[in-house]
Amino acid sequence: MCTDTGCRVCGSTGVYEAFVEEVRKARLGRRVEVKATGCHGYCEKGALVVIHPEKILYVQVKPKDVAEIVSKTLKRCAVVKRLLYKDPESGERIVHEGDVPFYQKQMRVLFGNNTRIDPCDITDYIACDGYQALRGVLETMNPRKVIETVIRSGLRGRGGGGFPTGIKWRSARKAKGERTYVIGNADEGDPGAFMDRSICEGNPHSIIEGMLIGAYAVGAEEGIIYVRDEYPLAVETLTTAITQAYECGLLGRRILGSALTFDISIMRGGGAFVCGESTALMASLEGKMGEPRAKYIHTVEKGLWNQPTVLNNVETWANVPRIFLHGVDWYTSMGTGDVSHDPWGGSKGTKVFSLVGNINNTGLVEVPMGISLREIIYEIGGGIPGGKEFKAVQTGGPSGGCLPESQLDLPVDFDRLTEAGSMMGSGGMIVMDEDTCMVDVAHYFVDFLKDESCGKCLPCREGLRALSEILTRITEGNGRSGDIKLLQELSETIIGTSLCALGSTAPNPVLSTLRYFKKEYISHIRDKRCPAGVCKALIQYRIDAIACNGCHACFKVCPADCITGEAKEIHVIDQDTCIKCGSCYEVCRFDAVKR
Amino acid sequence: MDVKKTISRGMKMELEGVYPDRSSDEALERKVESILSLYGHDSSQVIAILQDVQAEFGYLPQTAFHFLAERLGIPLVRLYGIATFFKAFRLTPRGRHEIKLCTGTACHVRGAELVKDAITRELGIEVGQTTDDLAFSLEKVRCIGCCGIAPAMMVNKDVHGKVSAVTLNKVLSKYK
Repeated sequence: MCTDTGCRVCGSTGVYEAFVEEVRKARLGRRVEVKATGCHGYCEKGALVVIHPEKILYVQVKPKDVAEIVSKTLKRCAVVKRLLYKDPESGERIVHEGDVPFYQKQMRVLFGNNTRIDPCDITDYIACDGYQALRGVLETMNPRKVIETVIRSGLRGRGGGGFPTGIKWRSARKAKGERTYVIGNADEGDPGAFMDRSICEGNPHSIIEGMLIGAYAVGAEEGIIYVRDEYPLAVETLTTAITQAYECGLLGRRILGSALTFDISIMRGGGAFVCGESTALMASLEGKMGEPRAKYIHTVEKGLWNQPTVLNNVETWANVPRIFLHGVDWYTSMGTGDVSHDPWGGSKGTKVFSLVGNINNTGLVEVPMGISLREIIYEIGGGIPGGKEFKAVQTGGPSGGCLPESQLDLPVDFDRLTEAGSMMGSGGMIVMDEDTCMVDVAHYFVDFLKDESCGKCLPCREGLRALSEILTRITEGNGRSGDIKLLQELSETIIGTSLCALGSTAPNPVLSTLRYFKKEYISHIRDKRCPAGVCKALIQYRIDAIACNGCHACFKVCPADCITGEAKEIHVIDQDTCIKCGSCYEVCRFDAVKR
Repeated sequence: MDVKKTISRGMKMELEGVYPDRSSDEALERKVESILSLYGHDSSQVIAILQDVQAEFGYLPQTAFHFLAERLGIPLVRLYGIATFFKAFRLTPRGRHEIKLCTGTACHVRGAELVKDAITRELGIEVGQTTDDLAFSLEKVRCIGCCGIAPAMMVNKDVHGKVSAVTLNKVLSKYK
């Protein structure tokens, strides 16, 4: 069963304890093993329980349901119908995990083992062919061959940049230095993205194995995993995993009897978004402020402590053992383009996305590259809740862009998304429905980046502030006629003159919303109206006299006491004292409060 | 966040001895020293050291700054730079109950801003502040990975999902 952070919120810890207790009471200890695993991805339906080997999936399990599962399923091989997943359209109950639409279209290469292994037990990972790839590499390949294999696989950086991993390794191998460093980046800063966390919490050994292979290829003896401080569980799991790897002789000196020596330590990040940038991350590892520097000399040549450094996202590292375990041909069979001559030629393998926002099936999805956005949103994600209209999907985190309905058939790979004005980024995918104001979304991201800008380059520091001011003005109804042009000009200047990727991609949310949703900007500026009803200054809450039946619910919740009316009479909102908190809108069950 | 205001507030609280767990200077130095020795007084580990100091005291006390600068041999201004650059560090004491309001994109889209307004209305504190009775402090965080139950907030270690201006009182009353 899943005991990741998401499911813990839904009470999975209690469910786990109940299982242990019930299994003990039923004296099934010898035949049944209760495992606390990492994330299964389907966070919407937590707490999740999967019963192997049949792979029966129970959703939204509560501790009180456990006794029934034990007595029915474990003892008598019968399913508990009410806990099965119910198809929202047909109303049918689905028994097996693989038949649930959420999982059907997915290709769970990295996450497949998450439902089977206990992340705190190295033997589980080894039982699932763990460290076999490393053994194969050490026994049969020289470092040059390893690098060639990675280049041929077409693996590209999963952290956002999409740089071919093998080429990075080759440059690091060639670079001269006293020693080489290998770094795993788990400082996942994008708001609305949590796949790195789930890999660290669900399958930490896959990261360690990837880093070991990388270390062998580039000749490194020291590795660091940089984890976000906000993920205490990930830090704990990784620490346990590293300790166990040392105990098994998979880290330290003479690994698996070879000449390879490799140590991994964990560093906790300080919570700065800009530290996802390689030079800023390394500065913070050296105990400095995380400010990026100009990359005239790349970090693969002079990175941490001025030594050659290979920095990859933890998801990239987790991909590495899979490539060596199943072969390049298998890996390149997934994805788009042709990478046999040029690793830039396509996007191969799978990518994990965190599918969130106004969508029915929130959670982590792992799909082959090249799948269309429409398939992800409608077939895996189950569409938009409440019968609302789809408006946009935001990919690539704060540096990405918003894509409208017309772009939904776009295949998801590094290059196509960039062409459409967004980007792959680390894999956040936020779905927005008709009630989302695109100007407000652009404002939100610009504000986020304004706070996170390290302040080194003027265009980024001051330019984002100016962008934010203009957007604030527009959302407050004080937009001026030249504002759209000004936003565009300012954005182009910021992109052209900032040093690091944070600044040079920061205006993307503004530009992409301008490109696809210009109408909304115009109605904010010219008509002083927010079509989605989000921007406070441009909306009014009022009560529809026909729909109101005087239930008095809004009167009770109003914190400003601005609603008048007796029970069973029509209520009225006093516009002068209304603070627009939205409480009345939320409690009204008769759709009488309009905005 | 108005850094100047925050710091002066923190100093004031320290001077007045408002913070309940405020240790004497010697006790504080002893604790900091034991953290330093864990890292072998290595100044490149300063971020980890500051994190541990904060975990011990709940924030970074002024006196600890001076002591750390001296023992690690790095200028006070650099320490201060690091402590204000990274979001993880706090220069003021936190309340007994820490509210971390998630403002990740999913939560934003589902109305986290209205929840923030409601907290401010209810407790009279803005983001980054602590109530005068030191009961609550409010912070914004970016994504706690519970996007399925957005908008979400954490009070201490408990996560509360689907919070709204209306249901907020019920959540807060558990901690009052």
